[in-house]
Amino acid sequence: MNSWLRVAAAVAGKDIVIEVRTKTAILSAVVFAALVLIIFNFARDASLVSTSVLAPSVLWITFAFAGMITLNRGFNLEKENAALEGLLLAPVPRSAIYVGKLISNLAFVGMVEAVALPLFVLFFNVPVWSILPGLLGLIVLATIGFVAVGTVFSAMTVRTRFSELMLPMLLLPFMVPPLIGAVQTTTRLFAGRPLSEMIGWLRIIALYDVVFITLCVLIFPAVVDE
Amino acid sequence: MKPTISSSRGIIKWGVGLTIIGLAALAVIYVLALAYTPFEVRQGAAQKIFYVHVPAAWSAMMAFSLVGLVSILYLWLRDERLDAFAAASAEVGLVFSVIMLTTGPIWGKPIWGTWWTWDARLTLTLILFLLFLGYMTLRSAIHDPAERARFSAVVGIMGMVLVPFIHVSVYLFRTLHPKPIVLKASAPSLPPEMLRTLLLGFLAASVLYLGFVVLRYGLARHAMAELDEEN
Repeated sequence: MNSWLRVAAAVAGKDIVIEVRTKTAILSAVVFAALVLIIFNFARDASLVSTSVLAPSVLWITFAFAGMITLNRGFNLEKENAALEGLLLAPVPRSAIYVGKLISNLAFVGMVEAVALPLFVLFFNVPVWSILPGLLGLIVLATIGFVAVGTVFSAMTVRTRFSELMLPMLLLPFMVPPLIGAVQTTTRLFAGRPLSEMIGWLRIIALYDVVFITLCVLIFPAVVDE
Repeated sequence: MKPTISSSRGIIKWGVGLTIIGLAALAVIYVLALAYTPFEVRQGAAQKIFYVHVPAAWSAMMAFSLVGLVSILYLWLRDERLDAFAAASAEVGLVFSVIMLTTGPIWGKPIWGTWWTWDARLTLTLILFLLFLGYMTLRSAIHDPAERARFSAVVGIMGMVLVPFIHVSVYLFRTLHPKPIVLKASAPSLPPEMLRTLLLGFLAASVLYLGFVVLRYGLARHAMAELDEEN
């Protein structure tokens, strides 16, 4: 168990070091998220629809798209110089490689969200201070689920033709449940509703996380097995 | 087991035979729906589409469920015949989905007053349709047969696990679709003529599903056998 965790940490650490040194993926995803937020502001009739009505969907669509762009990068790193083959030759459990990749992807998507959230608050003028702990918890909960699925899918799509298009096509249907739940919960959070009105959605998202992380850990070896 | 040209020809013949029976049964459904079943009091003629729409939906859901189940078997047994079957079933499921998703709005416009609504069932079937379009696109984007089989099996299994989540989350949104009237706890609430026609419709759609899948499967085996002979 201990060595399993060390492998996962090593895989995640190596990805994070590469990203910190190159900064390409995070930077472009952050710029992308900012652009999506700006476009959303103009994709409405300002005199008819107030920003607060649109805010929850804007937040989550921005996170979903920026997350997708970031995930595309995850296994692209391993494609160059057949790095994935090297990784697979190492006598380590495949599930540990998956969890390492999941951690680094979560770190990247989390970083993008950490920049996009203040921009969202700034552009859309939503008061978040009072609900910040709840909102952050929700963001973590909903992000884990779709990044877990996206990590498995990006390991497959990177080896296909037009992989940048293939990942969204496969992943978007899987984003539907966490996204619906997240938007519903965010709307209630902004409206100051009690927790009892959100707990149902939170349970669905949490169950989604548990089920899909388990399934992904079990199924990932089949993806990379030659 | 390696496919041979002669064995795959036999499968194709079975597929053609079953398809012809299925198409003939479908023609009988048309006649029964128009001449035998009574007019529904409130919906009138629009209700007749029910005898095609519901069986098509049944076949589509059966097709997609079988893709999920066979995908599990594939990852376990790694038999290429299972992969060929999953591919055939996914493709035929898409055909039945198109029938379901086109006949539905044709009925919805006069009865609901709208072509489309974000009802739970409609949303679920549309997302499933798109998911399996993605499945087929993924298949077409991978060259290596073993890799294609593994990757598509992964998507098939994950898709099967996804369905209940989508169902619950879109159901909590709201639902408008007519409730099940045959497969429910109490007795079916349909006049006998309607029920018989509908049940025959299920049979026709199932036979048609089987015919298409066997045919598609036979063609895939044939292509594999030809490839083997060339090498």
